[in-house]
Amino acid sequence: MAKRDPIYGLMAEFDSAQALVDAAKKTHESGYKKIDAYSPFPIEGLAEEIGMHFDEIPLTVLIGGIIGGCTGYLMQYWMAAVDYPLNIGGKPPHSWPAFIVITFEMTILFAGISAVLGMLAFNGLPMPYHPVFNVPRFALASKDRFFLIVFSSDKRYNPVETRRFLETLDPRSISEVPS
Amino acid sequence: MSEQYKSSTELERAPVIEPGHTFGTVTEKISAIVLTRPATNGWFIGFGIAFMMTMMLLFALGYLFLKGTGIWGVTIPIGWGFAIVNFVWWIGIGHAGTLISAILLLLRQTWRNSINRFAEAMTLFAVAAAGVFPAVHVGRPWLAYWLFPYPNTMRVWPQFRSPLMWDVFAVSTYATISALFWFTGLIPDFATLRDRSEKRWIKMVYGMLSFGWRGSARHWHRYETMYLLLAGLATPLVLSVHTVVSFDFAVGIVPGWHTTIFPPYFVAGAIYSGFAMVLMLAIPIRKIYGLEDFITERHLQNSAKVMLATGLIVAYGYGIEAFMGWYGGDPYDAFTLWNRLHGPYAFWYWSLLSCNIFIPQVLWIRKLRTNPIALFFVSLVVLVGMWLERFIIVVVSLHRDFLNSSWGMYYPTRWDYMTYFGTIGMFLAAMFLFLRFLPAISIFEMRTLLPEAEVKE
Repeated sequence: MAKRDPIYGLMAEFDSAQALVDAAKKTHESGYKKIDAYSPFPIEGLAEEIGMHFDEIPLTVLIGGIIGGCTGYLMQYWMAAVDYPLNIGGKPPHSWPAFIVITFEMTILFAGISAVLGMLAFNGLPMPYHPVFNVPRFALASKDRFFLIVFSSDKRYNPVETRRFLETLDPRSISEVPS
Repeated sequence: MSEQYKSSTELERAPVIEPGHTFGTVTEKISAIVLTRPATNGWFIGFGIAFMMTMMLLFALGYLFLKGTGIWGVTIPIGWGFAIVNFVWWIGIGHAGTLISAILLLLRQTWRNSINRFAEAMTLFAVAAAGVFPAVHVGRPWLAYWLFPYPNTMRVWPQFRSPLMWDVFAVSTYATISALFWFTGLIPDFATLRDRSEKRWIKMVYGMLSFGWRGSARHWHRYETMYLLLAGLATPLVLSVHTVVSFDFAVGIVPGWHTTIFPPYFVAGAIYSGFAMVLMLAIPIRKIYGLEDFITERHLQNSAKVMLATGLIVAYGYGIEAFMGWYGGDPYDAFTLWNRLHGPYAFWYWSLLSCNIFIPQVLWIRKLRTNPIALFFVSLVVLVGMWLERFIIVVVSLHRDFLNSSWGMYYPTRWDYMTYFGTIGMFLAAMFLFLRFLPAISIFEMRTLLPEAEVKE
């Protein structure tokens, strides 16, 4: 394993959502690939600007829902028709119309849980510590400031060149992020 | 948001947020309620009363476990008394929270952003209050866990052809999904509180609750997808829950229960009572915490309009019930209608009609829709009316069914009242704690409503 870089990346601070989107676009276009942007609320299209092209959540939810539906139906079938068949009002043991409600509820339950767990897992959360928190001004990222970071692991990263590039984006401030 | 939509709303309606706010002021104003505002005497008194009522609930339930359901007024023929009335009432109230957070999100009704957080909290606490009743009314409440399909030494399984089992799954799924929806909505706001708080231990608590949220664009993207999908899942779920609750009645053959109008009219009634509760909570909260900038006249008006619309659906349901009793030709159904209008509970049926249909028609008047005090009292009337509706459905249908040798009357005991008011106390106590420790308005969703949040490509 290579020695860990003492610098995690270079972070630029912006005043508005518009400035962040423009800066992210320019940074990505000029060849920096390992970058990230931080904002106090979701900004439409920002993730695409920094090179995110695939969202895993819909597929996760679909799979969760299918598993939930199958679990719900098969559970009822096995319990009511195989393991413990009971004659209730002359209905057949495998009385599928009566099983629809619970199948539906289990589909929703599993799909909903996989949506939340999937979001957390693919985002790598919970992660109480992260190097970006070392920048004191980053506390404003949950209030009214917008941040762009170029990670030091990027191939084109160079402490001097990258800083000079970020300065052309007209940020409010630039800080080094210690790792 | 299209220009057309904007111009039509801006001209004639109050704004969703009063002008002049920025990301900073919205953040400070909402987080200050939790972080810097000292707990007032009013809060302690309110919470204290609610807490004592919660203790009364525990006392009533403790005695119930000691003695059994004989301490209640339930007897044959009225085997479903207050417990089921209160269960249906509470679970109905819960529906407005999910309607606001999920259905209005899908319909892009952005005004929901200022009330969805506490409406979701209301849902959660109402479902918790509702959950008390089915568990304790089963006759032997210490065996309520038999409702769940778990491997057991008796080698038996629950009976899935019964609506009561559907209810178990519907309500527990609803509680789980509402809790997830509420908690994931709080994650970015926990991060805001973490970054705003001064004391280290408070920072740690909110930091842990926020899961280390840092607002990365990739995270937001997945988060938004998740939130939208969860809303899409919660929408059919919330409609299914009260439908299943109505199946508990409609699948039975008791006159007054055995009708196909029940599912839609139960769902409409649920939303009706839920919005009444939202208003009853929002009106004092916005006043006490000075949130009139965020919960504006527009929110009160819109909620009142939803109440008016759903109230008319409920009125239609009553109308169809009465029509079918008269036109259907079934003597027992016809008798149920006559008994409601003229029987021993006629006073309560007429009260129900006044509370749910006649009095709320005042909401057609614009002046009353924008008057918080009037709205508060109309909401109270609707909540009473919706409770009476469930009382009429449960008790009046059961007390005189097919054989007049088995007719009876229902007399609730003090334990019934203690349990009912106890759950109101539990609900209020949870609301008091929620207002004190969590942001009552979704901060990050409020930021998206500000004009500066708009980004051009």
